[in-house]
Amino acid sequence: MNFSEVFKQSNQLCKVSPDGKYLATCVQYRLVVRDVSTLQILQLYTCLDQISHMDWSSDSLFILCAMYKRGLVQVWSLEQPDWHCKIDEGSIGLVSSRWSPDGRHILNTTEFHLRVTVWSLCTKAVSYIKYPKACSKGIDFSRDGCYMALAERRDCKDYVSVFVCDDWHLLRHFETETQDLAGLEWSPNGCVLAVWDSCLEYKVLLYSLDGRLLSTYSAYEWSLGVKSVTWSPSSQFLAIGSYDEKVRILNHITWKKITQFEHPSTINNTKAVVYKEVERRPVVSDDLSLHNITVGTTLFNTQSKYEICPLPVQIPVVKPDPDRANPKIGISSLAFSADGRYLATKNGGFQVQSLSWHCTGDSLILLGKEQLCLCYMETEQEDK
Amino acid sequence: MGEWWTTVPIESSLGNFDISSISHATMSPSKQNNLLSMYSSLSLSKSSYSVISAFCTEDNIPQCISYINQELASLGLSSTCIEASSPGAAGLNPVPALNATYELLQIHRRTMCSLEELEREQLKKSSTLEHVQMNNSRLKDQLELSIREKSGLHEMERQLQLKIKTLQSCLKTEKDEVQKLQNIIASRASQYSHDAKRKERETAKLKERLSQLLVDRKDKKLAIDVLNCLGRSDGKRSHWKTAKAAASHEGEMYKSLLSDYEASQRSLMLENAELKKVLQQMKKEMIHVLSPRQPSIRGATADDSQEQADSDLEDRAGDSSRGSLDKSCEHAREQLTNSIRQQWRKLRNHMERLDSQASQVQNQLESNKDVISRETHEDEMERMRREVQQCKEFIDAQQQLLQQQLNTSFDDETAALLNDCYTLEEKERLKEEWRLFEEQKRNFERERTNFTEAAIRLGREKKAFEEDRASWLKNQFLNMTPFTDRRRCSSSDGQSALSIRSEPEMRMSSSKVQLPKSSTYTSFSTPKPAPSATVPSTTELYRTLRLIPDPSSTRHSSHGRWHESSTIEDGESQVKAKSRLRCGDLSIFSLGEDENSLT
Repeated sequence: MNFSEVFKQSNQLCKVSPDGKYLATCVQYRLVVRDVSTLQILQLYTCLDQISHMDWSSDSLFILCAMYKRGLVQVWSLEQPDWHCKIDEGSIGLVSSRWSPDGRHILNTTEFHLRVTVWSLCTKAVSYIKYPKACSKGIDFSRDGCYMALAERRDCKDYVSVFVCDDWHLLRHFETETQDLAGLEWSPNGCVLAVWDSCLEYKVLLYSLDGRLLSTYSAYEWSLGVKSVTWSPSSQFLAIGSYDEKVRILNHITWKKITQFEHPSTINNTKAVVYKEVERRPVVSDDLSLHNITVGTTLFNTQSKYEICPLPVQIPVVKPDPDRANPKIGISSLAFSADGRYLATKNGGFQVQSLSWHCTGDSLILLGKEQLCLCYMETEQEDK
Repeated sequence: MGEWWTTVPIESSLGNFDISSISHATMSPSKQNNLLSMYSSLSLSKSSYSVISAFCTEDNIPQCISYINQELASLGLSSTCIEASSPGAAGLNPVPALNATYELLQIHRRTMCSLEELEREQLKKSSTLEHVQMNNSRLKDQLELSIREKSGLHEMERQLQLKIKTLQSCLKTEKDEVQKLQNIIASRASQYSHDAKRKERETAKLKERLSQLLVDRKDKKLAIDVLNCLGRSDGKRSHWKTAKAAASHEGEMYKSLLSDYEASQRSLMLENAELKKVLQQMKKEMIHVLSPRQPSIRGATADDSQEQADSDLEDRAGDSSRGSLDKSCEHAREQLTNSIRQQWRKLRNHMERLDSQASQVQNQLESNKDVISRETHEDEMERMRREVQQCKEFIDAQQQLLQQQLNTSFDDETAALLNDCYTLEEKERLKEEWRLFEEQKRNFERERTNFTEAAIRLGREKKAFEEDRASWLKNQFLNMTPFTDRRRCSSSDGQSALSIRSEPEMRMSSSKVQLPKSSTYTSFSTPKPAPSATVPSTTELYRTLRLIPDPSSTRHSSHGRWHESSTIEDGESQVKAKSRLRCGDLSIFSLGEDENSLT
């Protein structure tokens, strides 16, 4: 694997444009846009303050840079470097800022989650959405960009509002049966909204696009509940990772559990292949186990190598302090491969920051704090 | 006194029976039956005086007296003997008689007393025995009861132990659950407290902010500063927000939902059709599998009805599968599943039966196999044992021989003897071979002489032939030339010359012939079969005469013949040399002739 030279960045703000042509990085208060293939600097923009958040618009024409401390958002254009746009939230402050799917609206969440301001870059108009919920994932756009679901909380009750992204028309507003809504996610086909409760209660609710409750799923009571949720790309399955170190998969027809996967600390399954990274330096080795893998090979740098461990393998588990809130146990991230064949899960307190699949679905990249791991799946021969 | 006398004897005379019985009694007074008999005898005696009176009569008084004296003496009574009052008189001396009777009475009283005592004792003992027996039985009963009770208690104890165990396990599980719940509560509590703290911090911040804002009053307005408005991403103009727009949005939403549902319904229908097909197929196959068995296993009527029902179901299922949407669809589906379940149950039972049969058969087979295999196994074992035995014997023999061999080296005499034997044997063999060899050699020598003679003869004949030829040629030549006169003299010279020349030639050849001859002679003279290089062997001659093939084919590897072969080998070269010589001779001859012709 070849690596380019090291470029400076701050705040881990480094994004490739959606069309894959440009790479934008933030260095303190500057925004650097490079060409992906040559890594030549194409544009250089200067913002008014240290950039806290940066994002590309969906059509790769604009980049927004948010400065939370100052409550400012600046939008830059790639086509017209002279074009500028500055949104000032004023004294109300800024907590998060994002693009709308059409790339022409910016949604700013104010401090204390007082409201969500929708700025239109086409009309300079402003809309407000009150009482957004301060949860881990309160806003989600459907994949086709038509609808936006927003979690709200008023009078100690959770609501979900569905907006049409075209003109921000409120389509549906309904109450959810959650105690404390923690997140929501649209299914890839845009017809079902999965809503889950906070970790104090295991509850996953499925609402259809028009606000009807389709089904409720609760695996158990009292113990800590849902940690992460993801849809399969075909919308057929919903994978729920919970604090009990299990992944449960629901099917879209009956919304009942069809299977569940365990993450035992001793791997004894004869079909599993466990790769252990052995480093030559006496540094902590990163043990990773991936679920549902038939065969895999890895590319790595020359300083460490992977060896296949004979079964059974005992994975070193660090028991987290149960007295602390949000303990580092359970399934923290899930990712389906693009064709839905594989599900990669991360259990426990391993230092894996992100899991993402290649769009072809045959390789997986794991990002750790200091390490990077690429896993290739060997595609089986099709007998048909 | 007479009366007294008569009564006393009556009383005292008890008769033979009773005496014997009394004597019995006195002998062994402790025996109960004797006592009883004594009792009976006494009672008898008391009542049967009439019988007793037969003991003493008027006649046998002295005998009676003597007898009684004897008895008294035997009883140990030292009382005076009963005597007759006067000898020959029919009376008795009263004093000793009275004493005797008194003593007897005493004895009798004593015995009665002892009898009474014994009876008392016996009563007592029997009562105690009864008492003891009663006690015994009572205690036995008690023991049984207590044993039963004990077993019952054991049983109860066991059950209680079991209960304890179950309760303990329950307790453990409960404790675990309690622990788990406590953990949950703890984690929840920590979560709540964390959230509460967070919220508190937020409110604090809010308060701070609020206070700051209230103090500040300088409200920074929110504003957007855009250089120029952008167009919409899709290029269209933006629309006004109207109710129509809202309705259109609703419509859009419902359309998308509907399309999704339709798609899923389509896929489900396909799946359903597939599954139905599979079920039908399965059902058909199951029926097919079961039908040849069924007539043999169960009654035909049942099958027929079943099959009828099945066929009915099939028809109905077929109808439904054609896609009719009426209620019978669901009905048919249920019936289909029911029929499949039935068939499956039948198949399963059948399979179980077959399985059991197969296992039985397999057991039989295995037992048979065991028998067979054991037999063959044993045969094999026998064979192998025999083989092993044979091998062992062989090894032993070998070892013995080896030992003998080794042992001979130690025993010189026997070794020498053996060696002598061996050498003798070898010598014999060698002699034999030498003899053969000598014989063969002689034969060969003979042949060789014959052939050399023949060769000599041949040589001579050839010489003669050559001379003739030469003369003939000369004659011819001389006849041919016009200078016949001159030639004649010269021819004579030539002839003479020729002859002279030929002579030396002849001499040469003869000498040459002689040489071989001499060599042969020399070879003849030598008794040893030393390989002389000049021996023209018979084979050479044969070869020259083209009578035998090359000697390489006649190579012998036997013992006595290698010399011969070597001679043959050497002879070959000699033959060649000789032929070359011959040729040389001829050439000399011809040269000579040419010379003659030229001159």
